[in-house]
Amino acid sequence: MCGIVGLYLKNLKLKPKLGQMFKPMIIEMTNRGPDSAGVAIYRNPVKKNETKFSLAHDDEKYDWKKLNAGLKKALKAKGTIQKIGNHCLLITTTKEATAIPWLKQNHPKVRVVGSGHSIEIFKETGLPANVYDKFNLDAAQGTHIIGHTRMATESAVTTAGSHPFATGADLCLVHNGSLSNHNRLREYLKKEGIEFQTQNDTEVAAAYMTHKLRCGVSLKQALTDSVTDLDGFFTFLVGTEDGFAVVRDPIACKHAVIAETDDWVAMATEYRAIAHLPGADKAKIWEPAPSVVYSWGGEGKKKAA
Amino acid sequence: MSLNHLDLKKIGVRGINEKLHSLAANTNKKHWIVINPMGQHSIAVGLAGALQIDIKGHVGFYCGGMNKEAEITIEGHAGVGTAENMMSGVVWVKGNTSESAGATGNGGLLVVEGDASSRCGISMKGIDIVVGGSVGHMSAFMAQRGNLVVCGNAGEALGDSIYEASLYVKGKVENLGADCIEKEMRVEHLEDLAKLLERAKRKEKPSQFRRYGSARKLYTFNVDHADLY
Repeated sequence: MCGIVGLYLKNLKLKPKLGQMFKPMIIEMTNRGPDSAGVAIYRNPVKKNETKFSLAHDDEKYDWKKLNAGLKKALKAKGTIQKIGNHCLLITTTKEATAIPWLKQNHPKVRVVGSGHSIEIFKETGLPANVYDKFNLDAAQGTHIIGHTRMATESAVTTAGSHPFATGADLCLVHNGSLSNHNRLREYLKKEGIEFQTQNDTEVAAAYMTHKLRCGVSLKQALTDSVTDLDGFFTFLVGTEDGFAVVRDPIACKHAVIAETDDWVAMATEYRAIAHLPGADKAKIWEPAPSVVYSWGGEGKKKAA
Repeated sequence: MSLNHLDLKKIGVRGINEKLHSLAANTNKKHWIVINPMGQHSIAVGLAGALQIDIKGHVGFYCGGMNKEAEITIEGHAGVGTAENMMSGVVWVKGNTSESAGATGNGGLLVVEGDASSRCGISMKGIDIVVGGSVGHMSAFMAQRGNLVVCGNAGEALGDSIYEASLYVKGKVENLGADCIEKEMRVEHLEDLAKLLERAKRKEKPSQFRRYGSARKLYTFNVDHADLY
């Protein structure tokens, strides 16, 4: 099962309503994935010399101030923090390549769930409605948002095994389906220097994308290649800095539907998630064809180049 | 004929189906309008009477499934398995459909004015399907009986492992599945096709189509072909 949903605003006047519009979409997918839920929202881009990290810790009372103070001192970086549930947004002048090893060494139980200029990732076990409330997403403003409701099949129900999975700066992936060659691919990617936090199949797909992009392949090409390199059933929704992309395996039996109006583009596992959006009744609606990469908003060219 | 409204937002899918199922065979309340379908699944399934149902909007999976005698019009997009296992009657979709439209249908007519995605008419057993646009891959997979008319193009592996059934395609066929071949369009086929197009209110001419069907080499065991199995 699992449900995936994405909303990209073409009409920027709707930005203040993004969280509000998206809420019924993800909640409608609850019975496809009651185990955990997560969203990646793109908002409040930071300055060019800054990076925004989405961090998570199992302990809701984790001392993020102390972490920030330590980071400032050790790496001589400026930084601010904002605690949201058991997540924390850290905005710092330190780059990923420096900050992530430092975090791992000094705060090994802190998980880096996302990083980039505008992406924020929140994910947690539990019903989508509870997760949505916990991170106060109802009031969220932004340009686009993707989400996932998980019914666990390939690995345990944990926060770390929840989607979205980060695949690089401002990139993330949600997945509906199951991969059958993830164990072998994980071993290969480990040898290539990619680290894993879980036994989850989607994490392997995300790592595969990360690896491809690091090798200098464009996002569109990485998605096209995934159709031949990944074995199994999948519909992927990939969030990028300025939009999102959709791709399905060649058999295409994991459901997917896309709807588009002048104001927005929405993708979901089932149309009933989209039905709540204003203007959905007049939308152009179709099922995405197999092995075809659909993308909106320029597919994150800057990051993928 | 009086018009009767059913609001799915107020009474839910079960409310709608219970109401439609509870009508007596000789009811004179034959014409029903369903509003606010909200993409929900299994709307107007298992109807067994000569009702006329107009659904004002997009529906989810299995709409009109197992239909018998009713004429159901969907004024929008229809999800997976539209009119699956239909026995008779008509299901008419004004928009596109998702995969497996008309799956395992035994009879009746399914019209899709738009595109019908993959696996259209999979395991069809006597249903007639007319698609105004294109169909996706694996359409008419293991088709046993009935007609599939495609006014646009057909995706990969059309008619794979087909038993019997006539497939008519006006546009390009990406490729044919195992044991599916192009066949001669004879007078009787042109006549059949003309009737199907007329029932679906299509303007295309039968002479614009090509016919495909079973080579009958796969489903009857032939010892000479043992190596191919």
